[in-house]
Amino acid sequence: MSNLIKDNAIVADEWTRVTPPSLGEETVRKQAGKVVLFKLTGEETFTKEQITATEIPVGKVLVPFTVWRANKDALASRVSQGEVGLLIATHEAIEDVIAEVKDINAFALVAVYVERFADGRIFTIGNLLRTRYGFKNELRAVGDVLRDQLFFLKRSGFNSYLIRADRSAVEALESLKDFSQPYQGAVDIEQPAWRRVSR
Amino acid sequence: MYKYDAIDQQIVNERVDQYRDQTNRYLAGELSEDEFRPLRLQNGLYIQRQAPMLRIAVPYGMLSSKQLRKLGEIAKKYDKAYGHFSTRQNLQLNWPKLEDVPEILAELATVEMHAIQTSGNCIRNITTDQFAGVAPDEVIDPRAMAEVMRQWSTFHPEFALLPRKFKIAVSGTEQDRAIVQAHDIGMEFYKDAKGQTAIKVWVGGGLGRTPILGTVIREHLDWQHALTYCEAIIRVYNIHGRRDNAYKARIKILVKALGIEEFKKQVEAEWLHLKDNPNTITEAELARVAKHFDAMPYENLSAHDASFDSAIASNPAFAAWVKRCVHAHKQAGYRAVTLSLKPHGHAPGDITSEQMAVVADLSDAYSFGELRASHEQNLILADVKLSDLLPLWEKARAAGLATPNIGLLTDIICCPGGDFCSLANAKSIPIAEAIQMQFDNLDYLHDIGDLELNISGCMNACGHHHIGHIGILGVDKDGSEWYQVTIGGKQGNDASIGSVIGPSFSAEEMPGVVQRLIEVYIQERTPEERFIDTVRRIGVPPFKAHVYASKEAANV
Repeated sequence: MSNLIKDNAIVADEWTRVTPPSLGEETVRKQAGKVVLFKLTGEETFTKEQITATEIPVGKVLVPFTVWRANKDALASRVSQGEVGLLIATHEAIEDVIAEVKDINAFALVAVYVERFADGRIFTIGNLLRTRYGFKNELRAVGDVLRDQLFFLKRSGFNSYLIRADRSAVEALESLKDFSQPYQGAVDIEQPAWRRVSR
Repeated sequence: MYKYDAIDQQIVNERVDQYRDQTNRYLAGELSEDEFRPLRLQNGLYIQRQAPMLRIAVPYGMLSSKQLRKLGEIAKKYDKAYGHFSTRQNLQLNWPKLEDVPEILAELATVEMHAIQTSGNCIRNITTDQFAGVAPDEVIDPRAMAEVMRQWSTFHPEFALLPRKFKIAVSGTEQDRAIVQAHDIGMEFYKDAKGQTAIKVWVGGGLGRTPILGTVIREHLDWQHALTYCEAIIRVYNIHGRRDNAYKARIKILVKALGIEEFKKQVEAEWLHLKDNPNTITEAELARVAKHFDAMPYENLSAHDASFDSAIASNPAFAAWVKRCVHAHKQAGYRAVTLSLKPHGHAPGDITSEQMAVVADLSDAYSFGELRASHEQNLILADVKLSDLLPLWEKARAAGLATPNIGLLTDIICCPGGDFCSLANAKSIPIAEAIQMQFDNLDYLHDIGDLELNISGCMNACGHHHIGHIGILGVDKDGSEWYQVTIGGKQGNDASIGSVIGPSFSAEEMPGVVQRLIEVYIQERTPEERFIDTVRRIGVPPFKAHVYASKEAANV
C-alpha cells in the first residue's frame, strides 16, 4: 500500500525518486565529540562524481536539484511534459535553487527532503516556496516524515507527505487534524485567529 | 489577568489529546526514544536522574489563586506535594510519572494552564518583570504584548523545530527587571518622541555555555510589527543557525559569527517580505487583550496608613520584613509584596502544596486573587493595601513565607542541580543551603545589604550565575564536583557578565569562599556602596587575593 498522503487522502505514488549512487565511504564528521547530524545550510549534497554517475530512468522522476542542474538541457523536454519533480534538501539554499530554475512552476512537483525529522528548516523552505516564490503545484515532504510533524508541515505550505516506510500513513492522516483553530497566520490559513473570528 | 476564550481553551484541550496519544504510542513502542524526545520536551517533560521532571508554563509569571491551588493539588496527587519555581517563572514538578503526565495536563487545562513549549528547541515561555502593571517606573505594561506573543508563538509552524531553544523577554520599565539583554530576543517597550509605543529590539543575548549580552538590532520598531520582526529574526536563525553543533546552535553564536551589521542586514531584508503580513498586530487585537490587564478596582486610599505606621514603629521583625519584601506601587496606599521562597536551609524556589494553598488564600484575601512568579524564584502579591500588610505578614510568617531576605545574600537564585537534573555536573541546592546557614544572622545579612547570589549546577546556566553579583557554577573535574566562582555579574540596564576569580573550590569550601568575598567588601566599601558597586570600583584582584590567600594558608 502507498505511504503517500496528498491533500488529506492516501494516493498512489507515481514518482520514482532518483538517488545518486554512493561512491566510497561517507566520512563521519564530529563536532565537540558528537557525530554531526545536520548539514549546514549551503553544504554540498553530492560530489561531481556521484552526480555524473546518476542514471535517470524513464517516467515521472523526482530528481535532486544538483542532478537536475547537471542535466538541465537533457531534461528540459521532460520538464515541460510534467515528468520531472525537483528534490531539494533542507540544507540547500532555497534562493540558489530559485535563481537556477527561474520558473519553479515549470515543475509539477517539488519535494523537500528532510534527513532527520528534527530539522525545522523544512518549514521555512516550504513557507518561502509558497509565499515568496509563488510555487503552486504539489509540494511534498519526503525523508524522515512522521505524523507528529504533519500539522506543522501542512501549515508551512506542504500538501503531500511521503510517510517514512515503517510507519502507517493511515494513522498519520489523523495528525493533520491535531488542532482546529491555530493562533497565528501561516501559509495554509493566512489570517491569525483574531482576524478570522470575533474573539 | 488573561482569561481564555473558546479558542484558547480548545487549543489546550486538543493539546492534551495530542500528547495523550503521543504518550500512548511511546509506551506501545511505536515511537522511538529519539522520536518521542522532542515531543515530550515541547511539553516540558524531561527524563531526570530519579524521575521525570515536568515544567508547567506560567506565562510571563502570572497566576490566579485558582491556578496556584490547582498546582498545589496536582503536586500532592501526582508528586511529592511540592513544586519548584524556576528562573523562567515556570513551575517544575520533580517526581511525576511519565504515564501520569497526560492526566496532569488535563487537570491543568481545567484552570487554563499547560506545559506547551516549556522546553525543547522552540520558542519558550515569554518572561517579563514581576511588577508589571504596578511598578512606579513602568512606562508601558508589557503583559498584553506578552500575551499576544504567547499566542503567536504557540505551535508556530515555521519555528516548531529550531536549531536550539529560543527565549524572549519583554520589559516596559525604566529599570529593566526582565534581563532583556540575556535573551535570544529582548523587547524593551518605550514611548517614542511622538508619544507612541515603540520597541527597542535586542538580539543574541544568552547565558549558558557562552555567556553573551545582547546587541540592539533595532532602536525603534512600531509595536504593530513586533511579531513580523520576530519572524524575520527567527527565520534567518532557523536557516543559518549552527545545527551541526548543539553547543554553538544558539542565535548568539550566529550573531557573533556574522557580526551584528550583517545579521541585521539579513533580518531587515527578510522583514521587507514579512512586514504588514496578517500577523501585524492591530489596535483592536491589542485592546482586546489589554482589557484583561486593566488596573485592579483599587480603593481611593491615602498615601499613609496610621495602623501600618504604628506597626512599623513597634514591631522590628515586621519592619525588617517591610524593608526587604515590600515594594513601591503606582497606586497610592498600595504595595507589592514578595513572599520569599528562600527560607534559610531550604531549596531555593521550592514551595509545598500546603504553602501553595496558603498563598492562594492570601492572594484572595489581600491581592484580588492574582499573583506572580519572579525570575528570582519568589512569589509576588502585587496589589496589597498598606493596612493589610501586618495581617498578611503574620499569616505568611506562620507559613514560612516571610523570610526578610529579598535582594539579600540568602535570596539565592538556584537551579535544581545534580540532586535532580541529569544535565548537571554538580549539586547546587546543598551549596545554597550551606551558604544560607553561614549567613543565618539577620542583622549581619542586612548589614551586607543588596547582593544577588546565583548558582547553576552546569554551564547551561539555569541559575543565571553569569549575572549574579556572586555567581557559582558547578563543574565536573575527573568525576568529582567542584565550584567555579565569578563576581561582578549584574542584571538590569547596566547588565554585565561576571569574571572568574580563579581555580574552583570543593563544596565544603564554598560557604567560606563567600564569607571571604564578603569580608573584602565590608573592608573596602564606602557607606553607600553595594557589593556590586565595590566590585566594579576596585576590580577582581583584591577579592581574589583574599580568597586564595586564606586557601593557601589553610593548605600549609
